[in-house]
Amino acid sequence: MCLGVPGKVIEVNDIVATVDFWGVRRPVMLNIVDAPVEAGDYVLVHVGFAIRKIPPEDVEETLAFYDSLLRGDAEDLMSNDVRTEMQSSGEDT
Amino acid sequence: MKQAFIPAAAQLEFRDPTRVAALRQRLQALTADLDESITVMHVCGSHEQAIARFGLRSLFPPNLHVIMGPGCPVCVTDMPEVDEAVYLAQQGVTVVTFGDMFRVPGTVKSLAEAKAEGADVRIIYSPWEVVQIAHKQEGEVVFFATGFETTAVATAALVLAGPPKNLSILSSHKYIPPIMEIVAEMPHTEIQGFLAAGHAATITGWKIFERFVARHGIPVVIAGFEPLDILSALVQLVEIIRRGEQRVANAYPRCVEPEGNRNAQRALWKVFEPFSGVWRGIAYVPNGNLRLRPQYAWVDARERFDIRVSELLAGASPRLTQECICGNIMAGIATPRDCNLYGKECTPETPVGACMVSSEGTCKIWYEYGGHVVS
Ligand code: SF4
Repeated sequence: MCLGVPGKVIEVNDIVATVDFWGVRRPVMLNIVDAPVEAGDYVLVHVGFAIRKIPPEDVEETLAFYDSLLRGDAEDLMSNDVRTEMQSSGEDT
Repeated sequence: MKQAFIPAAAQLEFRDPTRVAALRQRLQALTADLDESITVMHVCGSHEQAIARFGLRSLFPPNLHVIMGPGCPVCVTDMPEVDEAVYLAQQGVTVVTFGDMFRVPGTVKSLAEAKAEGADVRIIYSPWEVVQIAHKQEGEVVFFATGFETTAVATAALVLAGPPKNLSILSSHKYIPPIMEIVAEMPHTEIQGFLAAGHAATITGWKIFERFVARHGIPVVIAGFEPLDILSALVQLVEIIRRGEQRVANAYPRCVEPEGNRNAQRALWKVFEPFSGVWRGIAYVPNGNLRLRPQYAWVDARERFDIRVSELLAGASPRLTQECICGNIMAGIATPRDCNLYGKECTPETPVGACMVSSEGTCKIWYEYGGHVVS
């Protein structure tokens, strides 16, 4: 759970953003992240809250690592933790 | 039983093998002429996962020991804290918690066992869902909140947003810096350096570790989670140790800044205050727990309910749990292989201790990634 998961902000509605994680869209809370977030930004999400805006120059490298993790089989602990984080935003929007 | 041990090489998925080889060589050169081996500790379940998953230990020189400390929040949640949640669930309160916490044994039973007996226990991924659950029902909802500061920040945000009246928080949140002080001073540990968890430091910033370094003289390096991040952090840490320096280095600059996320820190310390308590199996940790400040007593489950754990414990017979050495493993003085139950009575299907329940627990990580084959 230390890991968090990166996603792309699709739309911002006050303190809730719709964030796309590998095609899955979830609401993410923005009341903790300390930089203004807008559509197109990437954020690192932990238990349904954005904890950091990922600087544009780091996005590609960050995603590549998670890509490799998600390719792990269904029983892989790290892939599972990432998938759990992806579900961490409650109900679908 | 899980599939057989997968050789480390098959697990490697490095994007840059040349850099891995270079870092490995550098580590070897840095340790080749040491008289005594070096032991460093990391304090994060995700670090242990990455080290085990990518077979990194096979790349470390034999005289560099990288051990796991108390980096699993579920595992350090003390049994009496689980008992409180179980007691409330048995009183007819809806108890909501993270999946990893569900099967963790308390003194008498786990929340999973309470649920099997009819209690209303639900699993969530985000504290935000707790609010949704509370809105949908009349009855009392208690959020059994576990996790380190990174997760406590989310709980704090929930409290600051003004939760529904029927929702209260049973906080078992823990705070990492104080436990590092304890482990650093334990008589049986000889830790020469710490790797700190990158994403937790996203919130706290890396400067927070300067006080620790000043007090204990043990260097700290902030590390990310990719194989290259971990290797390069280790190279920096060993260099610092060799030079006898006492400082903090940030080997994860793309994610961690000196001051961290101040907005999150403000929320955290507005809602919570540190207090002292036991970390399961390890020690009494001054200021290692986070509890709601008095002005938030109205949302504190311990204020709202009379939690009589002693009633629950009356007549309870001893469980196998007492043989669990999770605490020693998290203190860095034992490994899962030192436990008589590991891989026998205790497996992920039939966990005896919390370290075999949580995906951040060393026993489960070793078991899942092949460490259960005794070499
Ligand atoms: S193997 Fe099981 S009983 Fe032994 S230390 Fe680990 S969790 Fe505890």
